[in-house]
Amino acid sequence: MVDRTGHVTSDRTTSNAYWSANVRIILISLAVWFACSFGLGILLRPALSGIMVGGADLGFWFAQQGSIYVFLVLIFVYALLMNRLDRQYGVDE
Amino acid sequence: MDQFTLNLIVVGITFAIYVGIAIWARAGSTAEFYAAGQGVHPVLNGMATGADWMSAASFISMAGIIALAPAGGYTQSAFLMGWTGGYVLLALLLAPYLRKFGKFTVPEFIGDRFYSGGARLLGVICLIVISLTYVIGQMRGVGVTFSRFLEVSTDMGLYIGAAIVFAYAVFGGMKGITYTQVAQYVVLIIAYTIPAIFISLALTGSFLPQMGLIGDYAPAAGDQAFLAKLDAVVTELGFTAYTADTTNMLNMFLFTMSLMIGTAGLPHVIIRFFTVPKVADARSSAGWSLVFIALLYTVAPAVGSMARLNFTTTMWPAAVSGNALDGEAVSLEAIQNDPKLNWVKTWEQTGLLVLKDLNGDGHIQYFNDGKLAAENKAVETATKALTDAKAANADAARIAELEAALLAAEDARKAKGGEVTVGGQTLTERGWIASEVVKIDNDIMVLANPEIAALPGWVIALVAAGALAAALSTAAGLLLAISSAISHDLIKGSINPNISEKGELLAARISMTFAIVVATWLGLNPPGFAAQVVALAFGLAAATIFPVLMMGIFSKRVNKEGAIMGMLVGLIFTSVYIFLYKGWFFIPGTEVYADVPANYFFGISPLSIGTVGAVLNFVVAFAVSAVTKAPPREVVDLIESIRIPRGAGKATAH
Repeated sequence: MVDRTGHVTSDRTTSNAYWSANVRIILISLAVWFACSFGLGILLRPALSGIMVGGADLGFWFAQQGSIYVFLVLIFVYALLMNRLDRQYGVDE
Repeated sequence: MDQFTLNLIVVGITFAIYVGIAIWARAGSTAEFYAAGQGVHPVLNGMATGADWMSAASFISMAGIIALAPAGGYTQSAFLMGWTGGYVLLALLLAPYLRKFGKFTVPEFIGDRFYSGGARLLGVICLIVISLTYVIGQMRGVGVTFSRFLEVSTDMGLYIGAAIVFAYAVFGGMKGITYTQVAQYVVLIIAYTIPAIFISLALTGSFLPQMGLIGDYAPAAGDQAFLAKLDAVVTELGFTAYTADTTNMLNMFLFTMSLMIGTAGLPHVIIRFFTVPKVADARSSAGWSLVFIALLYTVAPAVGSMARLNFTTTMWPAAVSGNALDGEAVSLEAIQNDPKLNWVKTWEQTGLLVLKDLNGDGHIQYFNDGKLAAENKAVETATKALTDAKAANADAARIAELEAALLAAEDARKAKGGEVTVGGQTLTERGWIASEVVKIDNDIMVLANPEIAALPGWVIALVAAGALAAALSTAAGLLLAISSAISHDLIKGSINPNISEKGELLAARISMTFAIVVATWLGLNPPGFAAQVVALAFGLAAATIFPVLMMGIFSKRVNKEGAIMGMLVGLIFTSVYIFLYKGWFFIPGTEVYADVPANYFFGISPLSIGTVGAVLNFVVAFAVSAVTKAPPREVVDLIESIRIPRGAGKATAH
């Protein structure tokens, strides 16, 4: 079996900058993840009960439909941003 | 052609496909057996992950669990958000880095990152407890589906299912399992959506069930939203509205979080992302997995709520266009003779639906008699005692005594009827005794749909094949996680590190066979607590595996001592809290507290405790690491290496 773990980038500064950019993207994505499900779907539902999406109130819709759609878009946007970041720092495969 | 032959043909064809794939995708190396040679296209891996993830419970039970929840359908949204949101965590926090790590099992990462055989062993223990508890339900699901659709005994169905899994899992390993799961996904999603589309068209005029859920109720000609109609009908009969708010927001929050981080920490899901060629593919493959999962999960609440309305209007025909109680309840005569109500008879025969004309008026009154729960239980117990005594030929005096007890229980229930009101009148005033729908099983909400919507027989056969596909694919994924932990982590990792490639492949096949035998045995002799242990599987995945993996990637400071202490605290805290309410090691009668919300600490149910366990794991791991020695240089190098995609290793072609 080939050992695939041995590779360490020589340029530590670049590597640190890449990692903090990565962590920033993750934190922003997690904020969206939290806001659509726990925020709109659970915590804010009572406050937003007047806003309707078709026959459902906003909180209900986010809990049973909307948050899943947001999750989907979120993962693909994240993958896109990360691919761009990989190329920018020259760490892509 | 009768329904049975049709079921046999459709299920037979799908099984032939699975075995054909198994022969084509035979694994020739350990890399193929554990990780399908790391050459699976991300979209195909997404489909396979979808099938792997969606179990018999997702396919058959989830819609009913949501639709028939006593506290209302909204409170069960935790399942929908939790079981999908976990994939966001997987994509962002775990999958790409573990793929870069480039090895085959979850305990292997824990062992290498925390430079400790003990940590790896702890990982193996958690993995086996999580996966074994999970696989019992799948094996039961296979047996039950067989017995329901193919007229064999549950045990016989289990043997057939185990033989099929054996055929493709032992020979094909992850490679065989992956390509079979792709086929199984296609079968299960078609089987789930076809009835849903027809029911949505009938009730809301909308082709997409997702739009139907928020659309208008068709028979009201655009005057009323579907959800408003459902809420009106069920509340009229005394049930909680489908869209009613939760009464315990903290618990709903923690439950959703437990399911999310539990999903991200389930070993059989994580290892799916070891099969793709590149780190970038691991990210996008999590997205594709969610696409295929969302196809079912966004339809499920629509299927459930629409089936609930269909069922209720069947019981109260006047509710189709007005108030339920303005008309008569459905009559026994209609159930016997109306061809449109054939499905009621069919499902009564299976015992999933039990109707009893308690007041003898020839109609079946369906309403919420939750307030009579204690009285209903007393009557049930008295009836059972009497039947048992008669069967055992007890003497006349004893039977007379039990008959008197039953009468007393029935009278007590009648008396209580004066205090329970439906639609502004007491049961006594209405001449009702209790709800005459004595039992309605969650599973009906999916299984009976093709018949409710009067779809042709091949759709019913497809639902049978879909339920089997859902159960088999999840079982196979779990069995692979178990067998690779045994052959790779235990045998190669500690017992015999010098084992040859060929020897390990053989060990992997023997471990897989062993895992199938154990799972089959557990399926044949299920512990009475099969349903409850799922809480344990998610709780432990959330409180042990997820935190240790995340800290292993995102912290360079968390060390061996911290990881082991964190995992132990998460493991012990979470299992003890669950055991307090479910019994020590689930042995009935050893519960410390009754499993009711009033007894929960801060209202946190045992299902939701995984989140707290995870937080404790993080806190303990950081605290212990801070006062012990930092990880050695080569471990820091390993962490830096997995954080960078370049150099993930060539994929093997196949």
